[in-house]
Amino acid sequence: MGTRLVSLALLIAAWYACSQLAGARLLPEPQAVALAIVDEARSGALAFNLGATLARVAVAFLIAMALGSVIGLIMGRSRIADRLGDPWLIVLLNLPALVIIVLAYVWAGLTETAAIAAVALNKLPIATVTVREGARSLDHALDEMAQVFRMGAWTRLRHVLLPQLAPYLAAAARSGLSLVWKIVLIVELLGRPNGVGFEIGVAFQLFDVTRILAYALAFIAVMLAIETFLVQPLERHVARWRPRPA
Amino acid sequence: MSPAGVRGRLDVNIKQKSFRAASGGNLQVLGELVFSLGSGEVAALVGPSGCGKTTLLRIVAGLDHDFDGNVAFPAHGTLAMVFQEPRLLPWRTVEQNVQLAAPRATDAGLEMLFHTLGLEAHRDHYPGELSLGLARRVALARAFAVEPDLLLLDEPFVSLDDALAARLREELAELVNRRPVTTLLVTHNVEEAIGLADRLLLLSISPARILADVPVARPRAAHTPAELAALREEIARRLNQPFSGANL
Repeated sequence: MGTRLVSLALLIAAWYACSQLAGARLLPEPQAVALAIVDEARSGALAFNLGATLARVAVAFLIAMALGSVIGLIMGRSRIADRLGDPWLIVLLNLPALVIIVLAYVWAGLTETAAIAAVALNKLPIATVTVREGARSLDHALDEMAQVFRMGAWTRLRHVLLPQLAPYLAAAARSGLSLVWKIVLIVELLGRPNGVGFEIGVAFQLFDVTRILAYALAFIAVMLAIETFLVQPLERHVARWRPRPA
Repeated sequence: MSPAGVRGRLDVNIKQKSFRAASGGNLQVLGELVFSLGSGEVAALVGPSGCGKTTLLRIVAGLDHDFDGNVAFPAHGTLAMVFQEPRLLPWRTVEQNVQLAAPRATDAGLEMLFHTLGLEAHRDHYPGELSLGLARRVALARAFAVEPDLLLLDEPFVSLDDALAARLREELAELVNRRPVTTLLVTHNVEEAIGLADRLLLLSISPARILADVPVARPRAAHTPAELAALREEIARRLNQPFSGANL
């Protein structure tokens, strides 16, 4: 913990030094950015925009994870489904995020649905590929055990299947979360009237680097909190049975 | 509707079973195998390693449907199996592993099982924290907690040291005596087969056929060393192997 604080202090010191060299217009000092965050928080704009962005992140993330898990599971278990779906996956994986976003806005208009669909579609192939890897590595021996003892569908899902997929789901969730929020910002920049991405777009047009950094830092803080208080405890809970090195 | 008395009856009528070899062509592992087990009867399948014993057990367990012939077991009969490896869910505790397989088991029933198998202190442990011997006991507890009509045991004590295997064999015999259950035991250990079974089904090398159906007189404990030696000799002769002894 102490090392981390030292590292963080060094980062801020480096930031300060750079801002002295580059000038406040290009890189404002840390305290100026902190003041901007406080100002935005006071006016309520910060909470409003963070909330709008977080809601988009949450919905797009959940849709992509749910669909990706189901499709990945089917593709990992069925050779025919894998052969049918694999070319689609390769197309989606290699389609630039920007192309998907622009096409979604062109086809469905500058709507919330188009924005969320575009983000979910960007995340979908990666979630699918990760869960498919997990489905391929499922332990057939445990499957047979469940079959012999005639375990019900729910028991099999909850106690046999999901614990085996947990590490893959966690990997997909973690990489997914960081990807989704970056893409949500682009979606907001291009076609939404609010959210962190929209604010950064406005700040860019006004050449207001302080505001850009204020919103970026505020959002990083939120994601860090989600990682620390949601993702990590969940991971610890899921891995509680693993023997820990003494 | 089958009368209660034949709930545990098992009729095996296999014509043959082949695997497709990776190099093409078929590899026959089981020949014609016809036998029946009455309710509560304990039979041991004894034969050399690789003769298809496990394949036969998997067919009876309903894990392999790709064979000629049929296996008849009452549709509503419950099944339990102890695999060669314990096959426990590593992310569930000992107690949860047993309860998930046997959701209808009573607390008192589980209490007694854990007591008999010496697992009381390990109820809340995860399988990764257990030795192989303990994990095998949990697999046994799980199978008995189901109160099955048919119990399948696939070399349940393989790769344990002799003393521990003998202790577990005694515990298994005690459980079977307490609640008679139709049992099919696969082993290549003749001592184990004699110690546990009412009948020995001696299998040939692959493709497996039944060489002999040898009854073991009850009560098991009353066997004198001379009787046991004679039985062992007979089994060795019937198996027609160039060697004899406990491990065939």
